[in-house]
Amino acid sequence: MNKVFNKIESITGNVITVRAEGVRYNELAQINTRFGKSLAEVNKIDGNLVSLQVFAGGQGISTGDEVRFLGHEMRVSFSEDLLGRIFNGSGEPRDKGPALTDNLKPIGGPSVNPTKRILANRMMRTNIPMIDMFNTLVVSQKLPIFSISGEPYNQLLARIALQAEADVIVLGGMGLKYDDFLYFKEELSNGGALSKTVMFIHTASDPTVECMMIPDMALAVAEQFALQDKDVLVLLTDMTNFADAMKEIAITQEQVPSNRGYPGDLYSQLASRYEKAVDFDDSGSVTVLAVTTMPGDDVTHPVPDNTGYITEGQYYLKGGRIEPFGSLSRLKQNVNGKTRKDHRALMDAMIRLYSSYKETLEKKNMGFAMTRWDEKLLKYGQLFESRLMDLSVNLSLEEALDLGWKILSDCFEKDETGIKSDLTDEFWPVK
Amino acid sequence: MTENKGKVVSINGNLLSVRFDGDVSMNEICYINVDGTRLKSEVIRIRGDIAQIQVYEMTGGIKCGDDVEFTGDMLSAQLGPGLLGQVYDGLQNPLPVLAKQAGWFLERGVYADGLNAEKKWEFSPTAKPGDILRAGEYIGTVPEGPFTHKIFVPFYLLGNYTLKSIAEKGEYTVNETVAVLTDDRGREIPVSMSFKWPVKRAVKCYSERLAPTETMETKVRLIDSFFPVAKGGTYCTPGPFGAGKTVLQHTTSKYADVDIVIIAACGERAGEVVETITEFPELTDPKTGRSLMERTIIICNTSSMPVASREASVYTSVTLAEYYRQMGLNVLLLADSTSRWAQALREMSGRLEEIPGEEAFPAYLESYIAAFYERAGCVRLPDGSKGSVTIGGTVSPAGGNFEEPVTQATLKVVGAFHGLSRERSDARKYPAIDPLISWSKYKTVTASEKSAFCKSVLHHGVEIGSMMKVVGEEGTSLSDYIIYLKSEMLDAVYLQQNSFDLVDANCGKARQQYVTDKLVYVLGSEYSLDSKDDARGFFNRMRQKFIDWNYTEFESDAFQKAEAEIDAMYAEGQGSISRQAELLLKGGE
Repeated sequence: MNKVFNKIESITGNVITVRAEGVRYNELAQINTRFGKSLAEVNKIDGNLVSLQVFAGGQGISTGDEVRFLGHEMRVSFSEDLLGRIFNGSGEPRDKGPALTDNLKPIGGPSVNPTKRILANRMMRTNIPMIDMFNTLVVSQKLPIFSISGEPYNQLLARIALQAEADVIVLGGMGLKYDDFLYFKEELSNGGALSKTVMFIHTASDPTVECMMIPDMALAVAEQFALQDKDVLVLLTDMTNFADAMKEIAITQEQVPSNRGYPGDLYSQLASRYEKAVDFDDSGSVTVLAVTTMPGDDVTHPVPDNTGYITEGQYYLKGGRIEPFGSLSRLKQNVNGKTRKDHRALMDAMIRLYSSYKETLEKKNMGFAMTRWDEKLLKYGQLFESRLMDLSVNLSLEEALDLGWKILSDCFEKDETGIKSDLTDEFWPVK
Repeated sequence: MTENKGKVVSINGNLLSVRFDGDVSMNEICYINVDGTRLKSEVIRIRGDIAQIQVYEMTGGIKCGDDVEFTGDMLSAQLGPGLLGQVYDGLQNPLPVLAKQAGWFLERGVYADGLNAEKKWEFSPTAKPGDILRAGEYIGTVPEGPFTHKIFVPFYLLGNYTLKSIAEKGEYTVNETVAVLTDDRGREIPVSMSFKWPVKRAVKCYSERLAPTETMETKVRLIDSFFPVAKGGTYCTPGPFGAGKTVLQHTTSKYADVDIVIIAACGERAGEVVETITEFPELTDPKTGRSLMERTIIICNTSSMPVASREASVYTSVTLAEYYRQMGLNVLLLADSTSRWAQALREMSGRLEEIPGEEAFPAYLESYIAAFYERAGCVRLPDGSKGSVTIGGTVSPAGGNFEEPVTQATLKVVGAFHGLSRERSDARKYPAIDPLISWSKYKTVTASEKSAFCKSVLHHGVEIGSMMKVVGEEGTSLSDYIIYLKSEMLDAVYLQQNSFDLVDANCGKARQQYVTDKLVYVLGSEYSLDSKDDARGFFNRMRQKFIDWNYTEFESDAFQKAEAEIDAMYAEGQGSISRQAELLLKGGE
């Protein structure tokens, strides 16, 4: 059944072309090279000229190597046995466990019918005030963590993995430093979370094409768990590497680039991954948190820019803190109305005042005299930063809200906060 | 139906080349047969005997040599009773029906009719045999929710027709023949309650186009009082991500003073559509007292759905809008986001290997955008009544930079521009429409002199504010500082609006006029304030009173009580009105 061809017409980068008949678009093939076997995927067909991207890369492929078409698209094995295991971008084990081959599911499947989704309305607690109180994470939400290289984004991700309320965690690492891979493995097993985790890891030294497979593999597995009533949290790091892998392949295939060399379908490609986040109407859910590093701290770089338009908000990690400006959870409105009635008003007021603090700080740095109001703001800003923003703060939402009122009352009079009077009457701490 | 066939010869993403025999027309719909599944596609380029087609589905599994059948029809929408309340994808497949057929996922090759073929509608004839009719005139009516749905002579019939026979009052399905027309050669044409219209062609069955003069209330103060939109007008809302484009559109879709709202979720998040689907059936339309869903159609082609049908979705939406306009209704089409549509064009253009324009967008981008917005308008219909289509599109400029091609092409053709700014949204000032860059060519709901007065306070205050950043507060005179505080207060109590509060979000015309008068009075007055701290304290308290006032039901007891508190506050500050403000208020009465 499997057709074998051994006339490779061209090899450019990671893409080879073969003359073959009856090949299907996106079909998988296996190439036998002198360094072993590799998978390859069909990504263009022109008559009988078939282009394939080779997972292991083009290095060392000979024009005489054998290409065998497998008659199916990329698949991933799915069962409970996945839990606690680690795989690479081709779906082969990275740990010492056995390869899994039963119950194969296609990856990158069709999108969920919007009418089968339900409104995201469950809060996912993380006990990080900058998330729970100011930008609540919601089950089935997709959120990127924007940061620059050097920020502790993987540490934050690991902490969320340990503290968040999820049944299954799927970790997809793309272009991960080997140290970071080891860090995740150790953190999760020390925290006792490894047994509910599946990892798909591509490290920086692995072939580029495998990097592109990671999100699809991770999300396909997550989707299957979700269909078994599980709440799944998918952690991806780092999506910029994924986008760069796509850019590399696109340029190799001479596609017209649109913006800074990225292919014109960058938005659609990213969206089809992020949109896998879902809350099924009578089954489980998938929540996605994905690190996106911003080259040069530039949020207008095509990758963070397109991501921002797809995701339901973003967390900015800057100076080791989640920045309140720019950080936004769009779905927080769905849940923070029913946590506690002062939640929204307090959140808005505190951010507004923090923004005034920033302006005052600027004035101060320019050497202007500080008014009484400015002094109040300065005091407030410092309290806010040290007691709520610091990433090491571990408080439940309710504790954080109480602390918020306390900080306000330490610095301001009621009517200076701009909060509705009936709330200040109820929650303003009595001294 | 032609018997035209072809075979696939190359595959690149969702672009296929097909060798055909016979004749193929541009934008014709064809189906690719992949192992028994038929995938819908559209011809987008023809060269010799090769047609290039874009597939509205994922293309995995297609191989060279697969059969393609051409239908001879262009991509069409089915028009008739039963469109309201539906949730469609970009190709007008009802999503709930697809869910019944295919389950959780949007399996490819599963299609369904836009209108329910079984449901019966109560038809009442209005035309009589012997009447001479033209396309766009109606022969009968059907009640559809709160509206009287008119049954038209199909828009594609050219020339005059004589009504030969018409069905009696009774219940019919959308496909049953309800009338027979004869053309000038005596040929008989059966007419049912539904017909198809190619979505990429504008419906032109009206007597004349009128200038959009009547303001469409959105209930958003900043829009209605400063940068209004007219019924039949166009506006765009560009803004960086997170600036609140979608929330603003969502609020508009709930409260806008129109008959029908069509929401085109084009390449955006599925979650937002789910929100609308869940929320709207629960809400009541203040105009009719019925469910909001009964006046709404949702066309959703979210970002992970195939990109070619994303391109089709904006055309499908505007076609449905034009159809209801033909019934003398005011229709609002909200397209979120037109940038995604432009990107869909760019993706196809790239695959076609066309010479790229700016930022790799195709050279025809501007003319496509202009043609789309030009389908809005206020028209006089053949029976003398008026109908309108208003189009509001969001734009998602790359990097939030308004200089990019899609924003610029859109600004050329719209009547109002609501530019959202990152600074305002970062400071949680919603709606984050930047009053300094936005503009509108339409008429405000408040008297234009009063709007101008408020705007001047705002501009003046912003100027002082930016000066203060340089010279500091102590370098600013008290009178300037008060103007600054006044503009800050105006911003906080009038421009900003809480879209999640039922009362504050729904601020009607009468209330806007009333509150504006009060604001002109307060802002146009001098107070006896001795120091900057004094002034700040006073305006902070005044701001608080106004915010509390905003949350009270218009003309209720609480409303009057809150207003009395503002007056008391005014008296406390020993306010005395300036001559300019006094004249303004007199002129308004």
